[in-house]
Amino acid sequence: MSAPVRSVGTARPAYRASMDLVGEVREGRVSAIARMISRAESGHSEAAAALAEIYRHTGRAHIVGITGVPGAGKSTLVASLIKSFAREGCKVGVIAIDPSSPFSGGAVLGDRVRMTDAAEATQCFVRSMATRGHLGGLARATLQAVDVLDAAGYSPIFIETVGVGQDEVEVVTAAHTVVVLSAPGLGDDVQAIKAGILEIADIHVVSKADRPDAAATVSALHGMMSLGSTRPQTSWSTPVLAVSSVSGEKIMELKQEISRHWMHLQETGELADRQLAMSRTRILGMARDLFQQKFDEDDDALETRLHAVKSRKLDPASAARALLGWEDDFS
Amino acid sequence: MKSAQTDVIRVLVAKLGLDGHDRGAKVVARVLRDAGMEVIYSGLYKTPAQVVTAAIQEDVDVIGVSLLSGSHVPLFRELGRNLREQKAEHIFVVAGGVIPERDYPALLESGVDVVVPQEARAEVIISAIRDLVTARGRK
Amino acid sequence: MTLYSKAAIDEVRTRQGEWEARELDAALRSRPEEKERFATESGIPLKRIYTAADVADIPASDLGFPGAYPFTRGAYPTMYRGRPWTIRQVAGFGNPEATNQRYKYMIQTGQTGLSTDFDLPTLLGLDSDDPMSFGEVGRCGVAIDTIEDVDRLFDGIDLEKISVSLTINPSAWVVYSMFVAVAEQRGCDFTKLSGTLQADPLKEYVAQKEWIYPVRPAVRLLRDLIMYSAKATPRINPISLSGYHLSDVGGNAIQEIAFIMAFTIAYCDEVIEAGMNIDDFAPRLSFFFISHQDFFEQICKFRAARRVYAKLMAERFNAKKPESMRLRVHVQTAAMSLTKIEYQNNLMRTAIQALGAVLGGCQSMHTNGLDEAFAIPTEEAMKLAIRTQQIIRDEINVTSVIDPLGGSYFVERLTKDMEDEIWKVLHEVDERGGAIKLVEEGWFQQKLADSAYETFRKIDSGEKISVGVNRYVDESSSAADADIHPYDDDCTQLQIDRLNDVRSRRDNALVTRLLDELAEQALSDKTNLLPKTIELVKARATLGEICSRLRDVWGSYDEPLIV
Repeated sequence: MSAPVRSVGTARPAYRASMDLVGEVREGRVSAIARMISRAESGHSEAAAALAEIYRHTGRAHIVGITGVPGAGKSTLVASLIKSFAREGCKVGVIAIDPSSPFSGGAVLGDRVRMTDAAEATQCFVRSMATRGHLGGLARATLQAVDVLDAAGYSPIFIETVGVGQDEVEVVTAAHTVVVLSAPGLGDDVQAIKAGILEIADIHVVSKADRPDAAATVSALHGMMSLGSTRPQTSWSTPVLAVSSVSGEKIMELKQEISRHWMHLQETGELADRQLAMSRTRILGMARDLFQQKFDEDDDALETRLHAVKSRKLDPASAARALLGWEDDFS
Repeated sequence: MKSAQTDVIRVLVAKLGLDGHDRGAKVVARVLRDAGMEVIYSGLYKTPAQVVTAAIQEDVDVIGVSLLSGSHVPLFRELGRNLREQKAEHIFVVAGGVIPERDYPALLESGVDVVVPQEARAEVIISAIRDLVTARGRK
Repeated sequence: MTLYSKAAIDEVRTRQGEWEARELDAALRSRPEEKERFATESGIPLKRIYTAADVADIPASDLGFPGAYPFTRGAYPTMYRGRPWTIRQVAGFGNPEATNQRYKYMIQTGQTGLSTDFDLPTLLGLDSDDPMSFGEVGRCGVAIDTIEDVDRLFDGIDLEKISVSLTINPSAWVVYSMFVAVAEQRGCDFTKLSGTLQADPLKEYVAQKEWIYPVRPAVRLLRDLIMYSAKATPRINPISLSGYHLSDVGGNAIQEIAFIMAFTIAYCDEVIEAGMNIDDFAPRLSFFFISHQDFFEQICKFRAARRVYAKLMAERFNAKKPESMRLRVHVQTAAMSLTKIEYQNNLMRTAIQALGAVLGGCQSMHTNGLDEAFAIPTEEAMKLAIRTQQIIRDEINVTSVIDPLGGSYFVERLTKDMEDEIWKVLHEVDERGGAIKLVEEGWFQQKLADSAYETFRKIDSGEKISVGVNRYVDESSSAADADIHPYDDDCTQLQIDRLNDVRSRRDNALVTRLLDELAEQALSDKTNLLPKTIELVKARATLGEICSRLRDVWGSYDEPLIV
């Protein structure tokens, strides 16, 4: 009686090669986009060629990173932004990232709760992603997922970072525009400063503007920014906006600031610099992943050196160089 | 994790209709997380159409629905209809909550793959899902 | 003043030391105890035996006498000797006339008060023809769309004679308006109307999860209801502060009482802030607790709750009237403890929990039907549940002595321990900024979800025993043969037809104008919204129309992400 009751089961569609999905992704078929993102996440080598093909069709989307400490209201903000961009006919994409459990590898991804109404509109695509051990506020396959959405014609594409505080800076080199969200009343200081993410903002947003302590958070941000220029190489002056989920008016203003920053990047030529920085991060990040993956799959090369390092016959740095094939360690 | 090529099982834990009893859904979400699955939680008060849209975008293997309001028969019928309409019958449906046994045939008819009894242990729920995914093979 | 002299306590301690060294030590050597650690369900450690030494620090004034401050020993001076608790079985399903018929059956079986469950659309402020109401109309309770449905619900029932409990929450102020409007139509004396609304919004956000508006407007609606009812219908309890649901979603006994007291504080603050004196509304605050499985902890919970509430009212709110400090409680046995496997066992579970509630001093009680783990109870199941209470009340002589367990070393110690734990939580809530803020932030929700998961893990691992489920399992047992209350498939269509009928014969222009006026009043929190709502229901505005108009003003609630 405590055993589950099963249906006899219906036939499930057969596995489709990743390369066969590329055409449907470019046509914007939701199920193909969703599956392609899963293939990117799984890291199967089978998907590599398809993802490479997809990359060739990217570069049109405006990628917007949304970061801030937990409880600041990132999901609510993204939900409002989806609606305001969708109203103007944009196909909005969202990748929302939550941490994987370091113990089980599993995750509970809850950001979607806020976005259901928005995601219902057919032109929006919301995807929850677990970090699967990746640090820095993004998941390993976040940027490939963004590629998939880009190739499918989505823009803007929002990346909502984990928001665990420290070390959220990876989003800077993943997005064209970075929005840093702070909330009043989460502590005496502006949390963005504590988290070390003040300087990465292209736009500062203070949520829960209807609360009496919001004004203090806004002026604290202004104060901090006046102390030193945040990004010396830009002529962009970082705005500070207070928004509340109750009033839609400020969301429109934020939407305009996000679009204005995108225009600014294009007009000043700063976009090219960002794109170079983004490419650099992606290449190096991918190299790191491949390196890791190589020794996850075939760890003999690693295994033989473990004992040498343990018994102090070899130092870790030399072992690492050897793994990369840079020099001989067992001389 | 030795292999980077592990396919992580993804499950949408969903609440349908106006049933606010989310204790069980949240406990199951944690149980599945602790079993290494990625769980997307839908939140309360979702329509079958919203749940199916979410399941497709999230490319989940399984939709798990817990219902305690007694309206499981019409709601699962609607869920099944939406899955067929949106061409998402490849997604498995697992039902749980307060469901009298005499309603099991109606649910299975509507496209539910597994009904998990109310007092099922964690491992029963976990293996019900793993068995479905294993039988299907790679997606 | 404590209960025992120092010399007596010293002697008890000496004797206990000797006993431990001799008899106990020998016993433990020959056979160790079954567990290393014994504790209550909420985790309070339990000793092997309690003595006078364990209660030596408890002042005699903390016990007092029944019907007097701090009410530890009972809410009333004569308790069940003067009047037994009210048998109040909740019922509600289908169309109003289906529930009305069940009421009449239950009154005939010996029930002494009515209690109504509403369906989910009614609770959530939706009409039966709303698309979101699909499949839910009349399912978990009775469907109410207009004042005419309330009239049908109480057809042939004398509202001046029988007290009526309404388990209604976010839309409570509308259903109350319909109730008083029906009473007015019938020419009832408002001072004789008695009953209870549940109307406890904060517990909805953290437990039962039925909401319409954001937290603050919901609390404002409650405030309006409390203030209006205090003047218009002085014998109606406008709120039943429901710890039951906190337990139902996983809260332990301490969380149940501590959280509900935190909500009590928040509500009192709101009403006082609006200019009402505590003694003008506190006597009509009522409570609803669970009677769960840990027998002694539950009994002590009721006692501790009465003491904490009395002290809160006297010390924090400076109440002067004893009635303001008297905690009156309706109790329901624990639906969560019922099993589908070997469902007949649920009779025994319920009977024991009901006995606990009586020993704890409840004022009214609902005993669950043995089939409550699957569906709305059948008539037969309800009859057995009522009989359970009658057997406790009339056959086993537990009602002759007030607070019969009072003075038990163990019971007094555990009561005190629980009280101390409750105060700790209340201090933490104060420090973190109060209940409303913490509800918005999801603090309570996280605590309850953690506790629910913990309980699940304990059952899953077999540490917490559920007979027939994870212990003494009989593979051949089945629940398939249980009778289940049937659902009336025609119920929805009948409600929809009636809605169309009402809309076609009412003055629609009047309804629109009144709705606009209500929306205008809702913009500021100065005006009490009850008078306008009563006008609306009399004009045949539907429950859904009224609730939806205010949603336009206040928006809807965004649930914090707690798993």
